[in-house]
Amino acid sequence: MITLAHFIVLGAVLFSIALASLFINRKNVIVLLMSIELMLLAVNINFVAFSRFLGDVAGQVFVFFILTVAAAETAIGLAILVLLFRNRSTINVAEIDSMKG
Amino acid sequence: MIDPQMFQLVCFYAFAAVTVVAALGVISLRNTVQAVLSLVLTFFSTACIWLLAEAEFLAIALIVVYVGAVMVLFLFVVMMLDINQERVREGFIKYLPVGIIVALVMLGEMLALIGVRAMHQAVMGADPAAAVGMSNTEWLGHALYTQFLLPFEIAALILTVGVVAAVVLTLRHRTGVRHQQASQQVRVKAASRIRVVKMAAEVPAAPQAEPGKETTP
Repeated sequence: MITLAHFIVLGAVLFSIALASLFINRKNVIVLLMSIELMLLAVNINFVAFSRFLGDVAGQVFVFFILTVAAAETAIGLAILVLLFRNRSTINVAEIDSMKG
Repeated sequence: MIDPQMFQLVCFYAFAAVTVVAALGVISLRNTVQAVLSLVLTFFSTACIWLLAEAEFLAIALIVVYVGAVMVLFLFVVMMLDINQERVREGFIKYLPVGIIVALVMLGEMLALIGVRAMHQAVMGADPAAAVGMSNTEWLGHALYTQFLLPFEIAALILTVGVVAAVVLTLRHRTGVRHQQASQQVRVKAASRIRVVKMAAEVPAAPQAEPGKETTP
């Protein structure tokens, strides 16, 4: 039968995968944004699992708010990305250093 | 006869395996479009796992909001930008060992810290929503519109700000393009369309009499 540990381990594994992505995809801002989505998803899995096992509705309400904020964040992030590509013609993180002193 | 709890566990492992493999695809696929589609698969199988945990509303919301809206937005942007795939992927091998080491260390630390063995005792009991005689959506809605009403309104405000910010950021003013300005068109008055000029009435000139002919009035 499914225990709380199953959900927690799945969340931890997803979070670690997203963390590894932050290291290995250092050139591509789009993949970095997608790793952030993966991290939020891992956290959401934990929230849903704890809400289910503790019988507390607050966990699921919080997932609802995380989804809301993540959607707004993605929209603004992609808008900034489009703006960046229009001005610099690159999405390489290493080349975005115009504010370097 | 299949034990239902055993069947649940088998389903969980299947969905979890798909989730993890798809997540690995997100971070390692060379083509960004394929990576986005892989992320869609991750969200989809996670929604299935949430269904196993009887969080039906959030599972459907994840599919509708994330797969239906956010991922489509990602796909739009990825296909709109002309990205040089080769240059974007350079350094992948260089940072791969560091990434794997950091991820594994962090995974081990997390699992040790939260005490996974102790949580193995917590078996999934009855659905808490069903215990109070409601469906999951009803349960969530009751909390959302009573206890969490103010955060709910703030969430709406955040979404509005997000929309406005996204539009303002990507808005581009081109010079030398003639636009209709609807506000000016609406505000126009009759007086600015037609100009009435006051002038003295003119008497038509009398027809010139031709010489040598008698004209009788």
